[in-house]
Amino acid sequence: MASEPLVSIENLTVQFRTDRGWATATESVSFDIGDGDCLGVVGESGSGKSVTALSILRLHARGTSRFNSGTIRYDGRDLLRASERDMRAIRGRDIAMVFQDPMSSLNPVLTICDQISETLMLHRGLSRIEARKRAIELLDLVRIADAARRVDEYPHRFSGGMRQRVMIAIAIACRPRLLIADEPTTALDVTIQAQILELLRDLRTELNMAVMLISHDLGVIAEFARRVVVMYAGRVVEDAPVDVLFRKAMHPYTEGLMASMPALDGPVRRLYSIPGRIPDINEQVAGCRFSPRCGHAEAVCLTAMPDLVPVSPDHRVRCAPRTRTTGAG
Amino acid sequence: MAAEPIIEVRDLDMAFPVRGGPGGKTVIQQVLHKLNFDIAPGETLGLVGESGSGKSTAGRILVGLYEPTGGSVKLFGQSITGAQRQHGLAAVRSRLQFVFQDPHAALNPRMRVGDSIAEPIAIAGGRTRRDRADRVRELLEMVGLPRDGAERFPHEFSGGQRQRIVIARALALQPGFIVCDEPVSALDVSIQAQIVNLLMDLQQKFGLSYLFIAHDLAVVRAIAHRVAVLYAGSIVEVAPKDELYGDPQHPYTRALLDAVPRADPDRVRGPVLGGEVPSLLAPPPGCRFHTRCPHVMPRCRTDIPALRVTTPGRHVACHLYA
Repeated sequence: MASEPLVSIENLTVQFRTDRGWATATESVSFDIGDGDCLGVVGESGSGKSVTALSILRLHARGTSRFNSGTIRYDGRDLLRASERDMRAIRGRDIAMVFQDPMSSLNPVLTICDQISETLMLHRGLSRIEARKRAIELLDLVRIADAARRVDEYPHRFSGGMRQRVMIAIAIACRPRLLIADEPTTALDVTIQAQILELLRDLRTELNMAVMLISHDLGVIAEFARRVVVMYAGRVVEDAPVDVLFRKAMHPYTEGLMASMPALDGPVRRLYSIPGRIPDINEQVAGCRFSPRCGHAEAVCLTAMPDLVPVSPDHRVRCAPRTRTTGAG
Repeated sequence: MAAEPIIEVRDLDMAFPVRGGPGGKTVIQQVLHKLNFDIAPGETLGLVGESGSGKSTAGRILVGLYEPTGGSVKLFGQSITGAQRQHGLAAVRSRLQFVFQDPHAALNPRMRVGDSIAEPIAIAGGRTRRDRADRVRELLEMVGLPRDGAERFPHEFSGGQRQRIVIARALALQPGFIVCDEPVSALDVSIQAQIVNLLMDLQQKFGLSYLFIAHDLAVVRAIAHRVAVLYAGSIVEVAPKDELYGDPQHPYTRALLDAVPRADPDRVRGPVLGGEVPSLLAPPPGCRFHTRCPHVMPRCRTDIPALRVTTPGRHVACHLYA
C-alpha cells in the first residue's frame, strides 16, 4: 500500500472482565486496512477476530471491557479516543457491519423499509418518502427480486439468505468506506453462501469500498480476500497476500490450519490434526501462545513472546524460529 | 458390497403436521420422500444436504426417535417400523447409538462425566458398580481422555473433549451402528480433524457402521465410504465416495460441490447456482430441483425422476440419465 491506509490498528489490547479477573482477548494486534482493500481475517474461536472488528466500531459493552493499549486510526483520528457522539456519526455512515446471524439482526416487528430507512434518515437526512425510494433501490442492488413489493414486508417473510441480503442493503445504505462482515455466511447453506460472497465481491467493486471479511473458513477467505490476517489466541500470527499465504504460509499454526482442513480434491488422506486445544481466555501461556501445540517449538518459544516480523514487504510472521534465518527483526 | 447390509431402508416417508397454512391452518409437510439405502457392516454412509433437506429426520428415524409415516427400516435384520416397531426396537436398542452436534447440550452439566458414561451400562444392567467404573476408565482411554476425567464435570472440558465424552458414552454398550448427526460442525477446524480421526479409528477397531450426517462435503469425503445426497427430502444421488466427488452426475450434486469454497485463491469458480431450496409445504411438481436446475427439460416439471442405477453401485435420480 503506497497511500495512507483507511484504517490502521496499532498495538490493540482488549480485556474483558471475567469471574477470574481481567482476561486478555486480543494482545498487541496491529494491521492496516487500505482504501478499497479486500481483507480476510481468519481464526478459530477465541482468536480475537470479532473482538478486533467490534473494537473498530467500539461496540464492546462498557464496564466489562477495556482497551489497555492501542490506537485505531481512521480519517486522521483515533477511534478509541473519539467521543461517543463522533462514533455514532461514524457507525453506519463511514464504517458499517454485517453480522453472522441475519435472523436476530433484524427487528421482527418493523418492515424491511423501516429498517433500511432508519440509517438513511439518520445519517443522510432523507425524508420518509425519499428513504423508501432509496430502500427499493438498495434491495435491487442486493439482487432482491420484486423489490418495490418486498420492501413493505416483514423479516419473517424472508429466507436466511434473503435476510442477509437485507442486512447488506442496510450496511451499504450510506455508502460506507469500510464494510466489516463478521462470518456473514456461516449460518447459511453452501449454495446460498456462494451467492452472498458473489454479491459482496460485486458490491465492493461497484461501490469502491473496503471490505474486512471475518471467517473461520479458509475456503471462504481464499475465494474472497486479497490479503489475509491470521489470528490465534488473541494475536496476529501471520499477515500476507492471499496467494503468498496459501502457497508459502510460514507460521506453523497457519500450516497446521491448512493441513487440518479436509479437501474436496486430490487423494483422500487421513486428516492432519493439530494436537492439543485452543487455550482458554483466562489461561496464562508464557511465550508464544501456540507453543504448547507446536511441533517446531524451541526453548525460546516457551519463554519469550515473538514479535510480528516482516519477512518481505507485505508478509509478516510471528514465529521466532521461522523468522530467525531471514535476518529480519 | 459383499456383506449383507445391517441397515435396510425402503421407501421411507416422513410427514409432519405443521401450522403455517393459510389462516394458520395445519398442513402436512412431507419431509422425506421414498428414501432407499443400505449400510453394510463396517461401512460409513455419508448423508449430505442443505438445511431442510431432511437429513436429520432420517437419522432420527433410524435410531427410533420418530416413527416414519411410510416405508420400512430394518436394523440388524429386525424391522423397527410398522407392527414390529416396539418389539424390534427393544431387540436392537443396545446396538444403536446417536452422537449429536452439540456436545454441550448432550451432557448433563450436573452429572460427573463418569456417571454420564456409566448410565447406559447401568440401565442395561448386569454389572457391578466397580465393573462399571473400570469400564468407564477404559472407555475414556479409548477416546483419548485421561482416566481420571470420570470425576470431573462437563464444564471442565473443551468442546472437542466433550464430544469425546459423548462418543465414549455411545460406545459404552458396544453398539454396531452409530448415527452421527453433524458431530463436528460445532468444533473448530483444528479440533474437527481429531474427532473425525477418532471416529475412523474406532470404526476400524470395532467394525462399527456409521450414518454420518453433515452439511460439510469435505468432512464427509474424509470419513465416508459411500455418500447419499439429499435435496428437499429426496435422495438425488448415491455413489461410492471417489465417484461422487470425482465425477458428480446429478446437477444438484455438481452445483453443491462447486459452491464449496476451496483453499485455492487461483480457482476459477463456475456460475453460482441461483434460487433457494423450495418450501416443503408446497414443493414444486416433478423433480424438486427443476426450479434451480441449469439442465431443466419439459418433463422435469411434471415427472418425478426415479433413483436409477447409472453405473454399478451408483444411483442417480435425474431425467438426464433416463
